[in-house]
Amino acid sequence: MINPPTTTSTQGDVTGAGTQTGKGWFYTDTVKDHFFHPKNFMDDEAVYRAQFPDAAVGMVGSPACGDAMKIWIAVDPETRRIKDLKWKTFGCASAIASTSMMSVIVTEGEGKTLEEARALRPQDIMERLGGLPARKVHCSVLGDKALRAAINDWYRKQGETENIEIEHGRVIDPETKVTDHDIEEAVLDGCDTLEKVQAKLKVGIGNPACVPEVENLIRFYKEKYFGA
Amino acid sequence: MTKRLIYLDHASTTPTDPRVVEAMLPYFTETFGNPSSFHSVGMEAKKAVAEARKSIAQRLNAQEDAIIFTGGGTESNTLAIQGIVRAHRAAIAPAKPHVVTSAVEHHAVLEPLLALKKAGEIDLTIVPVDAFGMVSGKEVLAAVTDATILVTIMMANNEIGTIQPIADIGRGLLARRKERKTVYPYLHTDACQAAGFLSLDVEKTHVDLLTLNASKIYGPKGIGLLFVRRGVKVSPIMIGGGQERGIRSGTENVPGIIGFAKAFALVSEEREAESARLTVLRDRLVEGLLAIPKSRLNGHPTERLPNSANVSFLDIEGEAAVLYLDAEGIMASTGSACASTSLDPSHVILATGLSYEAAHGSIRFTLGHATTAEDVERVIAVMPGIVERLRRISPVNLDMKYFEKTTV
Ligand code: FES
Repeated sequence: MINPPTTTSTQGDVTGAGTQTGKGWFYTDTVKDHFFHPKNFMDDEAVYRAQFPDAAVGMVGSPACGDAMKIWIAVDPETRRIKDLKWKTFGCASAIASTSMMSVIVTEGEGKTLEEARALRPQDIMERLGGLPARKVHCSVLGDKALRAAINDWYRKQGETENIEIEHGRVIDPETKVTDHDIEEAVLDGCDTLEKVQAKLKVGIGNPACVPEVENLIRFYKEKYFGA
Repeated sequence: MTKRLIYLDHASTTPTDPRVVEAMLPYFTETFGNPSSFHSVGMEAKKAVAEARKSIAQRLNAQEDAIIFTGGGTESNTLAIQGIVRAHRAAIAPAKPHVVTSAVEHHAVLEPLLALKKAGEIDLTIVPVDAFGMVSGKEVLAAVTDATILVTIMMANNEIGTIQPIADIGRGLLARRKERKTVYPYLHTDACQAAGFLSLDVEKTHVDLLTLNASKIYGPKGIGLLFVRRGVKVSPIMIGGGQERGIRSGTENVPGIIGFAKAFALVSEEREAESARLTVLRDRLVEGLLAIPKSRLNGHPTERLPNSANVSFLDIEGEAAVLYLDAEGIMASTGSACASTSLDPSHVILATGLSYEAAHGSIRFTLGHATTAEDVERVIAVMPGIVERLRRISPVNLDMKYFEKTTV
């Protein structure tokens, strides 16, 4: 079978003010620096493994949706500080720069503690980068998630399952089991209307009662990430 | 020493030829009149527009009154699509107008069609393409029904350069119309990418409508045309002063029209020699790029525009590659989702059956007048290092099978 075109007619549909796509397309000098000279990327895993046999790993995304990120952390079991962080990224300039900047933030000084690292927000990374274009915000979210996955992996390896934080989210549509997190991600992926979110998640199609809540969440996350 | 800038994005737009600029200049400040005015400066402008129209018409083998100047390729496509649907739906009622198109059309064709479909104004059939991005003339004809009023298929693709069998489709449609004693369906082609390289003779291609713009053929931006065969009715989108036979109101873009005609004359004269020159450079470029492991040519191996080289590299993302190329002074483009405003990967590359992964790593180089053999060698020298660098920081390491069709 041959794929039909993926374009769906959405242009010209007036969906209210502030679409995320209309904004500028420029990277700051900091982004450029991290993109052209990425810091702390994983060059040779075998060497790394020899040096940090207990390194924990987190991986998120898949190249099919655009981004994939893998993060390795070496943690001092005493102080619970991250001594070293390495990464690999498949993605655009913002994705590469965000992961690179994240690695710097986490390891600078004596290194962040696991709990401090967990508290790191995509917004913090973006701030240090001097900002990202609106439609590139989602690229910075992935690194943050991969980091949290690696932290969970570290606790798992330590046998401290009580410290593993699974992000459950709240189920919005019992029929599709779509949670508020799913909607947050859809918005970050560029779904800025109910229609687009539904095309991706099928939320509320068999259960229209939850649609007003879905719409509320879309508005909320749009404001949170895109100020729109 | 500054590096020579190597612009390999001619399918996006071309620089305006200085000879074209020179031809346009007097029409800004001296012969600035409105062709609708009766005084001498208006009449002079009118005369110049008439001559430009004549020159373009001759090269299309068309009647002068079949040329409608517009604001560019997108406008021409919308005018062709909406204009035909709205002018002919009554004739086909109570059936709903049906349109046939291909999966690899430019957004300027697909989006207006999808919008009409969504509004319930048309039924739409999107004919698939083969692994090289080519539609089958047979399949297009088979999709035509008694309600089909328009078939719109591009002449050559902007992303992968594949040349479509327009003349075959045109002949097939002529035969069908004759047999059924109907004027439908009309055939429209978007020839923007083809203009510098293929013959656009409307008698040989049998098209009823043809879109052309100046900015892809070393002419100015903001000027295009729609060829509308005599006797074919098109509803206007712009209404007002009734210029362009009432099909496109608005004061004529006189300098634009003059520049368009000059540009079209130049590319038409230089077409064969330039096509032959670029084919050699293109093939060398493709050969050099395919020496990089895990790469694949997108588009048709032979039925492809002489300036088009689109190659996918696995495990890397196109936007990052384009920015690394840019840092080397080389300007190219990509079908990666990351570089599109919609975050969707190129629908053209997906339609050829390639996976999302392969679309992500697609880089398009489109050559042009300024391209030299040294430029091509420089790209070939630089690209392996960029791919290598990006692969080193990429966590994915895909198998070549990702170049195969992925959908079930
Ligand atoms: S990784 Fe795809 S847009 Fe950034």
